[in-house]
Amino acid sequence: MFLYAPIVVLVVMSFNSGRSAYTFEGFSLEWYGELAGDERVMGGLVNTLIVAGGSTVIATVLGTMLAVGLARHSRSKVLDALAFMPAVLPDLVLAIGLLLFYGLIQLTLGLYSAVLAHALFSMAFVAAVVRTRLSGADSSLEEASRDLGAGPVTTFMRITLPQLAPGVIAGALLAFTLSLDEFVIAYFTIGNTEQTLPIVIYSMIRFGVTPKINALAAILLLVSFTAVIAGQRLTKIGERVPRAQD
Amino acid sequence: MKDKPESRPVSLSRGRRLGAFVFLAPGLAYLAVLLLVPLGLVLSYTVFQRGRFGGVVYEFTTENFTRLFDSLYLRVLLDSLQIAGLATLIALLLGYPTAYLIAQLPRKWKTIALVAIVLPFWTNFIIRVYAWIILLSPEGLINGWLQAFGFGPYELLYNRGAIVLGLLYSYLPLMVLPLYAAIEKLDPQLREASANLGASAFTTFRKVTLPLTLPGAITGSLFVFVPSFGNFVIPEMLGGGKSNMVGNLIRSEFLSARDWPFGSTLALALIAVLLVLLVLQAWVTRRA
Amino acid sequence: MLKIDGITRRFGDVTALDDVTLEIEQGEFFALLGPSGCGKTTLLRIIAGFETPDAGTVTLDGEDLLSRQPNRRPISLMFQSYALFPHMTVAKNVAYGLEQEKLPRAEIKQRVGEVLETVGLSELAGRKPHQLSGGQRQRVALARSIVKRPRLLLLDEPLSALDKKVRADMQLELKRLQNEVGITFVVVTHDQEEAMSLADRIAVFDRGRVCQVDEPVALYDRPRSRFVADFVGANNLFEGTAGAKDELETEDFGVLPGTPAEDVKQGDKALLAVRPEKIGLSQVSEDSETTEAAEGAEGTESSEVTGETGLKGTVVDVSFYGGVSHISVDVPGQPRHVLVAVQGASEVKPGAEVRLAWQAEEAVIIPVDQ
Repeated sequence: MFLYAPIVVLVVMSFNSGRSAYTFEGFSLEWYGELAGDERVMGGLVNTLIVAGGSTVIATVLGTMLAVGLARHSRSKVLDALAFMPAVLPDLVLAIGLLLFYGLIQLTLGLYSAVLAHALFSMAFVAAVVRTRLSGADSSLEEASRDLGAGPVTTFMRITLPQLAPGVIAGALLAFTLSLDEFVIAYFTIGNTEQTLPIVIYSMIRFGVTPKINALAAILLLVSFTAVIAGQRLTKIGERVPRAQD
Repeated sequence: MKDKPESRPVSLSRGRRLGAFVFLAPGLAYLAVLLLVPLGLVLSYTVFQRGRFGGVVYEFTTENFTRLFDSLYLRVLLDSLQIAGLATLIALLLGYPTAYLIAQLPRKWKTIALVAIVLPFWTNFIIRVYAWIILLSPEGLINGWLQAFGFGPYELLYNRGAIVLGLLYSYLPLMVLPLYAAIEKLDPQLREASANLGASAFTTFRKVTLPLTLPGAITGSLFVFVPSFGNFVIPEMLGGGKSNMVGNLIRSEFLSARDWPFGSTLALALIAVLLVLLVLQAWVTRRA
Repeated sequence: MLKIDGITRRFGDVTALDDVTLEIEQGEFFALLGPSGCGKTTLLRIIAGFETPDAGTVTLDGEDLLSRQPNRRPISLMFQSYALFPHMTVAKNVAYGLEQEKLPRAEIKQRVGEVLETVGLSELAGRKPHQLSGGQRQRVALARSIVKRPRLLLLDEPLSALDKKVRADMQLELKRLQNEVGITFVVVTHDQEEAMSLADRIAVFDRGRVCQVDEPVALYDRPRSRFVADFVGANNLFEGTAGAKDELETEDFGVLPGTPAEDVKQGDKALLAVRPEKIGLSQVSEDSETTEAAEGAEGTESSEVTGETGLKGTVVDVSFYGGVSHISVDVPGQPRHVLVAVQGASEVKPGAEVRLAWQAEEAVIIPVDQ
């Protein structure tokens, strides 16, 4: 009840025909139409997808390799902790650290700086999910492959990776969803010229509450729910919440 | 021929080391550059002076730390502790019975209940907070209903209560999950054994269930407290900027006041508080 | 002392207990024996108060038990998993029940000390359960159960979590303890050897019903149903019709000697059960017959009953178990191999032609289950 009431209210209000975000005057899709014509919103949407897509690719590749490396080639607890750190640190600390770093190397902020930043924390989640999968996988298969004369690369491509595929896909989905919703780090690292959708919403709210935001919110809710349910089919609940497993 | 059997293990271990390097190097390099260096910067900037137009002047100073203990900022830190602490406490009080009930459900319903708890968590954070503005604002729904019965309107938004509510709403699932995991893991026979030895339901809860689920409760509390404590979005949106938390302060030092060194010092204080709590958690968990 | 009357419990379509009636005497060591899923654990949980029956009553010394909450019953239950509180020391675990009785501290301390002495764990009082071995944990669980001086102690598969050697030790220990403290013990087990060696009386359960209640020896020698004959120890079963007196008429083997159980009448469909160690085995050779006497059919007698009249068969397998040898014999017309046990190492080899025989008083004729 407590968890769902606000969301339901929001979706209902998005179909409001009146100008007010608060009082329901009649059913209408007017605000959804208006959204499509809003350049800022559409630009934000494109940016969000670019950032989420780009960071997911980086995070999935690096995170998977990191997970395999940590599970099979290292016994270092320090490295384990380091790999998981971006997921545990408060996002604000991560954000300002990156801001300082970009400032130091005089990088002009933009989409790519946000992509790099998002890949950082997504990588930790991908690595965690893949490791969960890896610990359930049988390492003797890899040893058998090596014993049969396959090199490490062949073994990885033909034995390890297929075994890990569900974990990697789940991790990628998680990374994508997290990036879609991420606000704080993007807000600090994307600069003034570009905006992701959460930032667009955030600044719209600061200028006042309108039914247009409700409509936008409803669409995002739909996207997130779909992504989560798709992810649910690929993996178990426990794997999707690596924070809770810590 | 003779040294062939000897060379094999060597080449294997060299291969393994190479494998370790190939797999680990890219990720670790990424972490080093984008995590360790930035954190190092945050740490080191705390002892430098601010530049006139933002940025930093590399001259040593302890001024940032002196400023931190200025009553103005100390007050903000304490307020943040209080607000985040209150949200955590309420989340614990709400989350425990919820997790307990879910753990008693039949298997099929358990999964459904857990998904239901987690699902809102996967929707955009900003949107979830925004939904509360619609509910709480003076022209909002709750005041609308109240007025229909001749009450209000009340100032529901832009106060501490609203911040606590927002934090609670946003992070409650993070409390329920570890609690659920702890309660679910608990052998039901332990409770039966306690009853069999003559303990009442209340005594059983106090002396068996509670101590054994304490680590879960602490983990959950930490999961709620950490993001609450450094939050700046919720205080800004629901608190209306009236009650500042550390997060707001850090944000404005970086993005408006452009005082990076002092912002870094505040961030260090935030990390310090969280570290203390983590150590505390590790200690309690080991004892339990 | 403990009266169980007409207890029935259903889970959905499954009837876990079907009209079970039992009476257990003061100071008795009583075993509920049956394969897993036969309802014996459900009965234990009903007595302890963790399940409620759909019908029937349970009384302890005439007092109704079912109306009492589990924590108000003068009964201790030792769980199969032991259910020791992992966050408490051994001493705290044992003291837990006494603390609930609000006894003075000094008395609790004294009684905990005494009971730990009895089970030989005094030195380990400060340890936590995860620092103990399986056998030690079992002793703690036992100490925790008996320290309250319950009128009745229920034990759910008390030895199943232990390895073989520790199990034998604990078996003796349980018996000693029961003698010492004089509490009535009811033990649930699926292990017939365990039940036989521990209990004064055994109730055999099959699919929620009590098949037979008897002392161990009687249960072994005179099973009253196919299930009991089959479940308690090894048995060779032959199908047929009860004959005029001590015999079973069969289609394939002619007349076999055996003593009919009380409720078997002439002409009834019946089964003959004979223990492997009661069967005499003699080798058939061209010119002479060498006889190996089985333990039950000793000496000269056995060579007398063997000979022409016994069952003819071929040895399939001989396995030596140290003290005894088990010989499987294929008898044409009998679906299962007939098992014969002889003392020491056997001289027969697989492929040998043998004759099997036993005396009427060594075999029982039991009714066929409905």
